[in-house]
Amino acid sequence: MSVEIRTKGVKPLTNSFGHLQRRFGDKPATRYQEATYDIQSTANFHYKPLWDPTREMFDARRTAVVMKDWYALKDPRQFYYGNYTTTRAKQQDAIDRTLDFVEKRDLLRSLSQDARERIIHAIVPLRHYEWGANTNSAHVAAYGYGTAITSPAMMNTADRLGMAQHISRIGLLIDGNSGDALLAAQALWTDHPDWQPLRREVERLFVTRDWFEVFVAQLLVADALVYPLFYQHIDGALGGGGSSALSSLNDHLLRWYEETAKWIDAVIKTAAADSAENKALISGWVQTWRNRLAPALQPIVQRVLGNQADDALASVLAALDARAAKLGLSL
Amino acid sequence: MAAEGNAKPAKKLNLKENYALLTRGLGWEPSYEKKEDIFRNVDFEGVVIHDWDKWEDPFRLTMDAYWKYQGEKERKLYAIVDAFQQHNGQFNVTDARYVQALKVFINGITELEYDSHRGFNMLAREFPGVGPRIAAQMQSLDELRHATTQIHTISQYAKYFTGMNEFPYQFDRVWYLSIPKSFFEDAVTSGPFEFIVAISFAFEYVLTNLAFMPWMSGAAFNGDMATVSFGFSAQSDEARHMTLGIEVIKFLLEQDPANVPLVQKWIDKWFWRGYRLLSLLATMMDYMLPKRVMAWNEAWEIYYEQNGGALFADLARYGIKPPKRAPETIAEKGHVAHQMWSVFYANRDAVGFQMWLPSDEEMAWMSEKYPDTFDQYYRPRYEYWKAQEAAGTPFKNSTLPQLCQVCQWPCLFTESGDPTTLSLRESEYQGQTFHMCSDGCKDIFDDTPEKYVHAWLPVHQIYQGNCFLPGVDPTAPDFNPMVEALRYMGIKPGVDNGDFKGSADATNWEKWTSRPANIHEGAYTDAVRDTASTADVTARKAG
Amino acid sequence: MATTSTQPVFIALQANNDTLPIIDAIRQDNPNAIVHDYPAMVKIDCPGRLVIRRETVEEHLGRDFDLREIQINMISIAGNVDESDDEFVLEWKTH
Repeated sequence: MSVEIRTKGVKPLTNSFGHLQRRFGDKPATRYQEATYDIQSTANFHYKPLWDPTREMFDARRTAVVMKDWYALKDPRQFYYGNYTTTRAKQQDAIDRTLDFVEKRDLLRSLSQDARERIIHAIVPLRHYEWGANTNSAHVAAYGYGTAITSPAMMNTADRLGMAQHISRIGLLIDGNSGDALLAAQALWTDHPDWQPLRREVERLFVTRDWFEVFVAQLLVADALVYPLFYQHIDGALGGGGSSALSSLNDHLLRWYEETAKWIDAVIKTAAADSAENKALISGWVQTWRNRLAPALQPIVQRVLGNQADDALASVLAALDARAAKLGLSL
Repeated sequence: MAAEGNAKPAKKLNLKENYALLTRGLGWEPSYEKKEDIFRNVDFEGVVIHDWDKWEDPFRLTMDAYWKYQGEKERKLYAIVDAFQQHNGQFNVTDARYVQALKVFINGITELEYDSHRGFNMLAREFPGVGPRIAAQMQSLDELRHATTQIHTISQYAKYFTGMNEFPYQFDRVWYLSIPKSFFEDAVTSGPFEFIVAISFAFEYVLTNLAFMPWMSGAAFNGDMATVSFGFSAQSDEARHMTLGIEVIKFLLEQDPANVPLVQKWIDKWFWRGYRLLSLLATMMDYMLPKRVMAWNEAWEIYYEQNGGALFADLARYGIKPPKRAPETIAEKGHVAHQMWSVFYANRDAVGFQMWLPSDEEMAWMSEKYPDTFDQYYRPRYEYWKAQEAAGTPFKNSTLPQLCQVCQWPCLFTESGDPTTLSLRESEYQGQTFHMCSDGCKDIFDDTPEKYVHAWLPVHQIYQGNCFLPGVDPTAPDFNPMVEALRYMGIKPGVDNGDFKGSADATNWEKWTSRPANIHEGAYTDAVRDTASTADVTARKAG
Repeated sequence: MATTSTQPVFIALQANNDTLPIIDAIRQDNPNAIVHDYPAMVKIDCPGRLVIRRETVEEHLGRDFDLREIQINMISIAGNVDESDDEFVLEWKTH
């Protein structure tokens, strides 16, 4: 049955949901707004969580940060499930072509043994760093307050699994799908002195309970050091062996990092601007984790970059400090 | 192209090998922090896991494949949703009664998808094994998808019909929405193993087919393109989730015999809790679909008695028995939809959608589908109420019903063997008496009374004066507790509730579409009279 | 691998152009399958075991087929799943 002509003139009773009208006025809402604002329950919880009996199931008190409105923490990318997934699918299509190109021409396998071992030593163990970031991001998504922060945290959790698998594929491109490079990288991650200080900090984050602190430490501080260090500085050094193939694979990580940084920055900036207390708290966390993570990265960076290591570390730390200042933090 | 110095060609990986290499081994044994400090929630329930690596992933999805297939599903779905909105598809459904069911959906079900998303997120953080963590993450993301696509689809209806515009607010406050809310909060506030047995197995594997397959097919049959599209698209994720459900059960049962009684207890509990929740869909299927695909009792036979039978036959090898209270559900299948509709009808001034009595055509269908129960117990009741409506003295309940402490339904159900006697149970705990609707709910209360005494029972809260907006003065001379409680719940008295006939939805529908708001009763208003002539003109032009 | 169970497994697919070759392949490879048509949905029951073979779908489809594509149009299933590159199997393992 088709619609009668007269329905064309029908005006809606309302332009958007009541909770969106109260925030944005009586006008059509975007799909991001519909999927995000005020979705999480806030009242009349029924039971005490067995895993946290002194708080509610969703409870703003799981972080020391206090927000007048948790929905102020919006995602400038305006991701909801649909545009998030189709964006990632498109990006994956592009990187699949690169992976295919590298695989068909054996570009990583044909590198010298020394170059291959350097990539296994310096890049492939980062699959575990990404899995750690996945755990930490899942912590934010699980215990955070308000859909505005938890939904993109969920997407970030999935992204980090995707990145762990992307880095794993670099290993498989080196070892011809035997998995030997992945095993070697895992041994490096769990036992080699170059990687232990970083693993120590990743595990320290696993027992950090304040989800906003985890957000700051992992997504702002750790990523701001790890991504440019490994995928720019170390990539450049490893590229000495003519491995532009590696750079094209690392570029995928960098582009993702740049996109994600827009979200991280918006969240930090808004939360810090909400109160002097928040600003002090977040600034303190940045300081603390910066001072833990920078030395933790020193050995592996030193190993690969040698006498360039201090300059590389200084440059990423300076960039982090400048970014923090721009976000309204004081270190 | 052969590589220099690397003569052997790269190995070709099959699906299983590829998945194993890209997932297993991502985790590691921590040494700087204690494992029990990292994963703090997996021990308190008493489940014994010896080897997390024994977990079998049924669907071997890496993240790239997930994005690819889910992206494809989303492109297809949003193409339909866009077309639906551009062409005012909300007016293509059978009649405006059908839309009342969508109100129940957005207000009562969408937030469950969201809670499920958060619950699985907690598992995604707390399970020590990589395999189950990834499965939980993907499911969490899927559940976020379901909440999102439901909101995006139903938002078009919310613009043109009453009672759908405050779904998050209402979910936290409306008295009967505490039924779904308390169900999922019960699961999320449990430990991770109980949660996954409750949701992945008892709810999704055993019960959701029953609800969503016939219901969504019914949406298609009633011309609701948008709902059937999100429904079936969501179900395609659900197929993965159900498989997760059965893998969880097998994993737990194979890990240690000590897990068997725990799993059985959770199956018994959550089967019953899920069944009570889905009874809402019984009444939606039988009463709110103007054109019907299948009756509730038929759905129960196909999807529980047959398929559940096959499932529990398969699990017998582990010593698992069918749910303890399954016989009650079979005994009730001819009654539950009718009893529930009766209670909603009687309380129609206190609900957020509009009600009607079944038409002659519908009652004839029910007589045929429910030959053992309908004519004997329910037809006389409806005919009596019809006569009362005709006489201008329609029947209404003026007091709110007694709620069950566990499932939070009104105590409206009858004894299994005696459909004329209400089923009422009670238990004492710390000197207080608590009321339950059934043996199934009493089992659950008696096992963990310390949990269920915290339930936020809306009717109790209303009578205690906790459900009024700020500034309301209960001592004022014109104070009307019912109206004030409705305002607190976000229900607009006289707009969202009451009789369907004469409602804004019915009147607008006829004005906007020139078609009857209730296809079985003919036009309520003059707006419909020109339909025939318009249709004739269209037909002649087309001819 | 044969199963001795005769308990029903099922798969339900959206009724659309994409699923026609899949349904044809199922009919061809599972002589005991019973196909039920519902509004917008096809439900296929089969005693004990139901298999979807990639090669058979490809014959009907006329192009390469990745079995994971089934997920796009799958509504529901009952039975234990075993998925490989060549076969998607649903079965009950009871003796």
